[in-house]
Amino acid sequence: MKKVYGSAAEALDGVLHDGMLIAAGGFGLCGIPELLIDAIVESGVKDLTVASNNAGVDGFGLGKLLDTRQIKKMMSSYVGENAEFMRQYLSGELELEFNPQGTLAERMRAGGAGIPGFYTKTGYGTQIGEGKEVKVFNGEHYILEEGIFADLSIVKAWKADDTGNLVFRKTARNFNPPAAMCGKICVAEVEEIVPRGSLDPDHIHLPGIYVHRIIQGEHEKRIEQRTVRKREEA
Amino acid sequence: MPWDRNQMAARAAEELEDGMYVNLGIGIPTLVANYVGDKDITLQSENGMLGMGPFPFEGEEDPDLINAGKQTITELARTSYFDSATSFGMIRGGKIAAAILGAMEVAENGDLANWMIPGKLVKGMGGAMDLVAGVEKVVVVMDHTNKHGDSKLLKECTLPLTGKGVVDRIITNLGVLDVVEGGLKIVETADGVTEDEIRAATEATIV
Repeated sequence: MKKVYGSAAEALDGVLHDGMLIAAGGFGLCGIPELLIDAIVESGVKDLTVASNNAGVDGFGLGKLLDTRQIKKMMSSYVGENAEFMRQYLSGELELEFNPQGTLAERMRAGGAGIPGFYTKTGYGTQIGEGKEVKVFNGEHYILEEGIFADLSIVKAWKADDTGNLVFRKTARNFNPPAAMCGKICVAEVEEIVPRGSLDPDHIHLPGIYVHRIIQGEHEKRIEQRTVRKREEA
Repeated sequence: MPWDRNQMAARAAEELEDGMYVNLGIGIPTLVANYVGDKDITLQSENGMLGMGPFPFEGEEDPDLINAGKQTITELARTSYFDSATSFGMIRGGKIAAAILGAMEVAENGDLANWMIPGKLVKGMGGAMDLVAGVEKVVVVMDHTNKHGDSKLLKECTLPLTGKGVVDRIITNLGVLDVVEGGLKIVETADGVTEDEIRAATEATIV
């Protein structure tokens, strides 16, 4: 079982094809798989559908795959921090499927857990519920949402051991575990690969069974909105 | 005098009780955190955190630690982190006691519209639909009228809905109204604002 690869390009070798569905972790620019996105840009694979909460910013994160027009469709809850995204969307070049954030996360988790559909109150009576099956449980209305079964998951974690057990850091965990779970193949990029046995088994956030390939690399970790407070005068 | 942004936030903070887990939206709702006083309130950030702390001191920003508005924040002694599916599990599962959100329109039956204006740039609903569907008590904080002076409390929403029949209480610059059987009920007026003034500024049925 060899999961550790030398580079993002090597880790993606043989798993990319045109028209595929990719689930990506991250929230805004926090915890995004920067290195794998760069390698997908380099690969030139196209007509991608990407399930990701956001779509990056101009020139960073998934924004890079939009700049090169490799993405055909986004499944997201919040976009538009990205001028190129809006331009392509408004001109009809890019398809967009809005998903409520929790529905998107649960669709990924469900896909990874072998659940093809689930009922949720979220979106009932709104545009999101249009055309979806409605069922009443205990007098309340729920709509049917489907699990996401991705061809590939790309995620970012803080640490991994060589068996693929992952540990995330603070709010950079976000969509990474559910995104990792729903892919046929999951490639994870981490800040540090540590020897097996050095992560406490009780502190593993995502077991290595979900993770097929791992790379270690340097991350830019760009901050989207830097907000600070002043120190009180002594 | 109608309430200003800070007075609206302070009034909204009165909705919170000791021990509550609460989600605050972007804008005026964010200011509510400044007015909780001694109450033991745990703030949830739906990107995967309970126990959200204040903005960091300059130089101590951590790119791995942001709130749902993508702003850098800090953790507290009580903080826990979790993934997005777990985060919305606790929202959908009714574990969050209250959500305080902004809105474009609220209807007298509690319908809420706050995510899109047709023909204008649509950025998405983010977690708003999940929050209003799952959270026990939904409090809207918004101006009573829009910039044209038209009521934002309507008989029916004209904009696409975020949730149907989800709003419990509305705090505006003019006062506090509850969604009740048959319409909205004035429960409080801002200092110097009369009930008649609220009625005059409101399209929704006042009962």
